[in-house]
Amino acid sequence: MMTYDIQPLILTFKLATVTTAILLIIAIPFAWWLANTKIRFKPVVESLVSMPLVLPPSVLGFYLLLAFSPEHWFGSWLDKELGIRLAFSFAGLVIASVIFSFPFIVHPVQAAFQNLPKSLTDAAKVLGKSNVQIFFRVLLPNIKPALISGTVLAFAHTVGEFGVVMMIGGNLPNSTRVASIAIYDEVESLHYDVANFYAGVLVLSSFAILMVVYMVNRKARK
Amino acid sequence: MIKAQINKRLIGANGSFELDVELQIAKGEFVALYGPSGVGKTTLLRCLAGLEQADQANIKFNGNTWVDTRLRINLEPQLRRVGYMFQDYALFPNMTVRGNVEFALRKGSSTHRINELIELMNLGELQHQKPETLSGGQKQRVALARALASEPSLLLLDEPFSALDTEMRSRLHNEVLRLQRSLGITTIIVSHDVSEVYKLAKRVFVMEAGRIAQHGTPADVFSAGQTSGKFRFTGEILALEPMDVLYSLTVLVGNQIVRVVAMPEEALKLSVGDAVMLVSKAFNPMILKLE
Repeated sequence: MMTYDIQPLILTFKLATVTTAILLIIAIPFAWWLANTKIRFKPVVESLVSMPLVLPPSVLGFYLLLAFSPEHWFGSWLDKELGIRLAFSFAGLVIASVIFSFPFIVHPVQAAFQNLPKSLTDAAKVLGKSNVQIFFRVLLPNIKPALISGTVLAFAHTVGEFGVVMMIGGNLPNSTRVASIAIYDEVESLHYDVANFYAGVLVLSSFAILMVVYMVNRKARK
Repeated sequence: MIKAQINKRLIGANGSFELDVELQIAKGEFVALYGPSGVGKTTLLRCLAGLEQADQANIKFNGNTWVDTRLRINLEPQLRRVGYMFQDYALFPNMTVRGNVEFALRKGSSTHRINELIELMNLGELQHQKPETLSGGQKQRVALARALASEPSLLLLDEPFSALDTEMRSRLHNEVLRLQRSLGITTIIVSHDVSEVYKLAKRVFVMEAGRIAQHGTPADVFSAGQTSGKFRFTGEILALEPMDVLYSLTVLVGNQIVRVVAMPEEALKLSVGDAVMLVSKAFNPMILKLE
């Protein structure tokens, strides 16, 4: 009987939770801004946001690795001024995951903001409501389905991340050895049963998460 | 009192044109903006509410400057205390009927007002429902209640009754008229319905291509000062059949079908589908009062 180390699974869900929390704080206001802005270089911004969708994760990981390395000005500045090393660390993984999952939350939320009738905002304005009140009491509650699916997609996507973690995280137990990496590692060492355990947990949890989203959204539409 | 002078370049269906209007409306007055769609009526309303900015404008309300483009003054819509009824009602889908009206309350006003308005608009039974479950007329009443809940000093109604059937429309006309009189709110309604303008407004501004072409009382404007002794109806020919030495003409006027006779020389010039005007002397008609 083999004893399974559940640390990689815990690490995976910790990474996904932290990443999603950060995304909620920055991606929703950003999506709102993107839905309303009239700046000329909006296509440039939109392309940048969507890049992680089309690029191989290894490309993003490669450039982040270069930027984070102490040889690079950014990495060395972080190291010297703040004493932070992002390459091969959990903090580095979080930053990479935020960038990588950004479009998964921005896209549905931006589309939902754009589909809301403009007159809702106008109506709230003439009723004397501030922009903050309008955002939290009128706009956000009316895009709930998109918020839920965006959040869950970003979470699930972070759970499923492999290439980026491989490039910048490596395989350090308790710090960067997430489940997807552990599976690869165990298969390489021919520990198929351990790999199977990690893989099985990911399959089941992903299915459960997605099903909850679809059920909640179906209820919200009714 | 409102004094407004607004100038704005607009893009219409037939190229760009200029909205260029000057209005003066007395306190408590009920006026209408009348005209076909796309002449800038809604834009004018939105400029007054502060939802749109004019290229060049000067708007004063009860002596306070709302907009003066030369001095770069533009009071936010939040501070203008305007009640606005949108064409699509713009009810908040996440809130109940009551929630929508409550949301409009200003700080410090009592919730007593909500109950009053809900009672007044006959929304008691519906107050815990979400807007999507309501009919057009019900939504309209909620929108009106919400606009009034914010205690506006100016009420702007953008074609509020266009989606309703005649009976509901007439009931709400009476309702609005009664409210407007009892509260004394200065009110501007956008409409392209002559009977509505007649019934509600004391004064009408007729707009054409961004300008005010005419203004005065509805009676002055629509009958051009002199009452005609003839009925005039425009309609479309549905059928044209010979009948002995004459022709029988079936014409659709509004949603009524009428049959009239035509002389052969008249009928020869006509064909099915033509638009025609029927003119008849209004001498000794039967007058039946409708309940």
